[in-house]
Amino acid sequence: MAQTVFAPWNDPQAKPLIQFKNVTKRFGDFTAIDNLSQDIYEREFFALLGPSGCGKTTMMRMLAGFENPTEGQILIAGQDMAGVPPNERAVNMMFQSYALFPHLTVWDNIAFGLKRMNMPKDQLNARVEDMLRLTRLTKFAKRKPHQISGGQRQRVALARSLARAPKLLLLDEPLGALDKKLREETQFELMDIQEKTGTTFVIVTHDQEEAMTVASRVAVMDEGRIMQVATPANIYEEPNSVYVADFIGDVNIIQGKAHKTSADGYDIAWAEGHEPFHAKTSIQLDEGQNAFIAIRPEKISVSPDKPEGAVNAIKGQIVDIAYLGNVSTYHVRIPGGLVIKAQAANTRRLSRRAFTWEDEVWLSWTLTGGSVLSE
Amino acid sequence: MRRLFLISVPYVWLLALFLVPFLIVLKIALSDTALAIPPYIPTLDLSDGWEGIKAFFAELDFENFVFLTEDSLYWKSYLSSLQIAAISTLLTLLVGYPVAYGMAMAPDEWRPTLMMLVILPFWTSFLIRVYSWMGILSQEGFLNQFLLWTGLISEPLMILNTKTAVYIGIVYTYLPFMILPIYAALEKLDGSLLEAAEDLGCSRLKAFWLVTIPLSKSGIIAGSFLVFIPALGEFVIPSLLGGSGTLMIGKVLWEEFFSNRDWPVASAVAVVLLLLLIIPIILFQRNEQKEREKDQ
Amino acid sequence: MRRFTWFNATSLTFGFAFLYMPMVILIIYSFNASKLVTVWAGFSTKWYGELLSNQAFLDAAWVTLRVGVASSTLATVLGTMAAYVLVRAGRFHGRTLFSGMIYAPLVMPEVITGLSLLLLFIGIGLDRGIFTIILAHTTFSMCYVSVVVSSRLVSFDKSLEEAALDLGCSPFTAFRLVTLPIIAPAVVSGWLLAFTLSLDDLVIASFTAGPSATTLPIKIFSAVRLGVSPEINALSTIMISIVAVGVISASIISKRAAIKQQQEEMAAVRSS
Repeated sequence: MAQTVFAPWNDPQAKPLIQFKNVTKRFGDFTAIDNLSQDIYEREFFALLGPSGCGKTTMMRMLAGFENPTEGQILIAGQDMAGVPPNERAVNMMFQSYALFPHLTVWDNIAFGLKRMNMPKDQLNARVEDMLRLTRLTKFAKRKPHQISGGQRQRVALARSLARAPKLLLLDEPLGALDKKLREETQFELMDIQEKTGTTFVIVTHDQEEAMTVASRVAVMDEGRIMQVATPANIYEEPNSVYVADFIGDVNIIQGKAHKTSADGYDIAWAEGHEPFHAKTSIQLDEGQNAFIAIRPEKISVSPDKPEGAVNAIKGQIVDIAYLGNVSTYHVRIPGGLVIKAQAANTRRLSRRAFTWEDEVWLSWTLTGGSVLSE
Repeated sequence: MRRLFLISVPYVWLLALFLVPFLIVLKIALSDTALAIPPYIPTLDLSDGWEGIKAFFAELDFENFVFLTEDSLYWKSYLSSLQIAAISTLLTLLVGYPVAYGMAMAPDEWRPTLMMLVILPFWTSFLIRVYSWMGILSQEGFLNQFLLWTGLISEPLMILNTKTAVYIGIVYTYLPFMILPIYAALEKLDGSLLEAAEDLGCSRLKAFWLVTIPLSKSGIIAGSFLVFIPALGEFVIPSLLGGSGTLMIGKVLWEEFFSNRDWPVASAVAVVLLLLLIIPIILFQRNEQKEREKDQ
Repeated sequence: MRRFTWFNATSLTFGFAFLYMPMVILIIYSFNASKLVTVWAGFSTKWYGELLSNQAFLDAAWVTLRVGVASSTLATVLGTMAAYVLVRAGRFHGRTLFSGMIYAPLVMPEVITGLSLLLLFIGIGLDRGIFTIILAHTTFSMCYVSVVVSSRLVSFDKSLEEAALDLGCSPFTAFRLVTLPIIAPAVVSGWLLAFTLSLDDLVIASFTAGPSATTLPIKIFSAVRLGVSPEINALSTIMISIVAVGVISASIISKRAAIKQQQEEMAAVRSS
C-alpha cells in the first residue's frame, strides 16, 4: 500500500485541533498541571499516559469543560474555550465508570445526547441505529445497563459519546474495568472505530501497553508536566529521560561518566577497573558528565562464551530466571553487584535449556542497543 | 442565579420557622408574665422606634431562670428527667443488645425479615404504642391477671402511673433505636476475629467480652444517645404511663404552658432543657464523626 | 464463622415478643364485645362500627390526612432542595448555620419545637388552624427528608450528572432527566417518612392547632388520658394494619426488585 504516513505533527503547515497554551491548574495549594503547552491534531489518537495523580485526568476534564484552567488558554479548533460550559462544547467524553444512565435503556442512553440537539425524529432513529450497528449492540437496544455485560456496557458508553459526532472524543481509562483478554480485543475495536469515524481521540490511561497499542502519539506525564511526546515506537526505543525509559516497559539503567570518542560516540565509564560501555547517540554530553545507558532486556544477548567481536560484553552470574513461556528473563549479577535483566526467546524445549541458576554467562549488546540519557 | 435560588428557599424557610421561633422563646424566657394575651411583657413595639427597642431590652431579665432555681418543682423535675432517661437508656441497652447480637448471628436469609420486624414498630404510631401498655399495666390489666394466675402475687401490683411504667414505656418505644446501630456495628464484625481469640486461648465468654463488646462500642454509644436524647424531653410517655408523682421536664413544660398559661416560665424551662441536651448532643456528634473518619 | 446459639434464639424470641405482644393484645381486644377492655366477652366488630359513626373522629382523621399530604409534599420539595445544597453546593456563606438548622430539629424535643412555633404564630398574628399545623410539620419533617435524600446523594455517582452535561444538558435538565429519576426511591421514602411523622405527631400539633382543627393524635390523646377505650383499640388496629401492610409490601417489592436485578446481572455476565 502506498500510503503517506499519518504524522501531522511533523508538518509545519498543519493546524492543530487542540492547543494547550501555558496551561496551569491549581487545586488550592496543589498544582495539578504545571505550565503545560501541547498541540493535538485532527484525526489523532492521542494518549495521555502516567501514574495516578500525574495530571492526565485533569487535562481531560479541562478539555471537557468540567474544570477551568487557573492560568493559560485552551483552544479547540482555534476557539478559546474559557467559560464555555460542557454542554456547549463539541467535545464528548467516555467516562471511566461509563456513567450509563441506569434508568434508561441502551437505545435511550445512546439517543440521550441526540435528543438534546433537537434532531428530527427519523434522523435521530437512523443515527442511533448506526451507532448500535457500529458497536454491535443492535440486539441489546431494549436492555437496561444492568442487563448487559461489562464489555457491552463499555461499547454503549462509546456509542453514546460518539452519537453526537463530536470533533473530539475523550476517553477516560476506557478499558480499565475489563479483564485482560477482553481489553486486548477492545483495543483493536477502538482503533477501528476511530479510523472509521475519523474523530480525534484523546485517551487517558495508566496502562502503558494500552497506550502503545492504540495511540498515534503518546504523552508520558509526571507531576503535571509532559515528559515526552512521541510515537509509541520512539517512546520505547528513544526515551528522552530515565523516567520515561523506566515507565515504559522493562529497562536496565546503568549510570556512569561520559567520555566523547567520536562525533556521535561516547564511552560510559560505569565502574572502576572495568571496560567502559560504548554507545552511539545524537545527544551532546559534556566531558565527564553524569550519564545513563538504558538497555531493554531483549536487546541483550546471553551466551556461554564471550561473543566474538561484541562491542559491549560483560561476564556475570545468573541469580534468577523468570520463565514466561515464550521468553525467559535472566537476572544476571555483574561485577559491582548490579543485576542486569536479559531476555531470550525460548526457541528450544525446556529440558534442553542452556542456562540454569549460578551459571557464569556473558551478556552483550550492540553500539545502538542502549540509549544514552543525560537525566 | 439558580444556585442562589436553590440555597435560599430552604434556608429562608428554616430561618423563619426554626431559628426565629427559637429566638422568640429566648426572648419570652427573659420577659415577665402578664395577664393579658399574649401573657407576657414587654412586647417589642417597633412603632416606638429606637426608644421602644431600648425599653424592650431594659425590661428583659433573668427573673424566670431565678424562679426555676427557687421553686423545687423545676430542679426536681430536671433531675428526675435525667435519672429516668439514664436508667431507661441502660435498660434499653440491656434488652436491645442481646436482640441485636442474635440478629447479627442469625442466618443470612433471616436477616431482611428480622430487620423489617425491628423497623415496623418505628413506622406505627408512637402514641398507639404507648397506649397499648395502658391496658397491660393497669391494676386489672393483663400483666396483673397473669401474675395473679401464676400465683406469684396475691394482690395486684400498682405499676401504671409509676416510674416503672415510664421505664417500660421508654424501653419499649425506643428499643429499635438501640437495636439498629448495635446491629450495624455487630454485622460488620469479622467472625474470624472471635475464632482467632479462641485460638489464642480465650473462652467463648471471654472472647465475647474482649472482642465483640469493644468492637461494637460505637454502636452502643450511638444507640444510647439515640435513646437518651429524646427520652430526656419526653412528654407522651410520662403523661400516659406515669402518675402525678412522675416528674419529667417535658410534662412540666406542657403543663406550665397549657394549664398555668405562664409563657415566660414555660419558655425558660425550654431554654434550660435545651442547655441540658447540648452536652449529650455534642458527645453524640463526636462519636458519629469518629466513626465516619474510621470508615474512610 | 457465625454460630447461632440457643442463647441467640432465646433473646430474639423474647425481644420480638416484647416488641409485638402489646400490639397483638391491642388488636385482639379491639374485637372484644365487652366494654371492659380486659375481660373477654366474645367476638364482635361493634367498636369498629361505633368508630365509623363517630363524626368527631372522622373529622379529625380527615384533617390529619390533609395535613399529612400537604406537609409531606412540601417537606419533600424543601428537603430535597436542602439535601442537594448540603451535598452539592460546595462552600457558601452561612453553610454551617444551614447544616445546623437541618440537623438540630432531629434532636430537638418536640415540646420545644411546638412551643417556639406557637409563639411565632402568635407573634405574627397568624390564626391557628390547619395551615399552621402544615407549616409546623413541614419544618420538622423536611429535615428528615433531607437526611434521607442526602445520604442517597452522597453515594450518587457524580459522573452520571457530568455525562448528562457532556451530552448537552443544562444543569437543570441534567437534574430533571438523570439525578431525579435515580434518587427517586430515596425521595419517595423521604415523603413516606414525612407523612408518617405528620400522621404520628401529637405534641407539635397540640401546640400549633387552633380550636378549628383537631388532628387524630390530639383526639386519641384526649380520649386515652381518661383510660383504655375499645373504640381507640379499634382505631389503633386499623392504623397498625395499614402501616403493616404498607411496610411489608414495600419490603417484599424492593426485595423482589433486588433479586430480579441480581438475576439479570448474572444472566448478562453469563451471556457475554
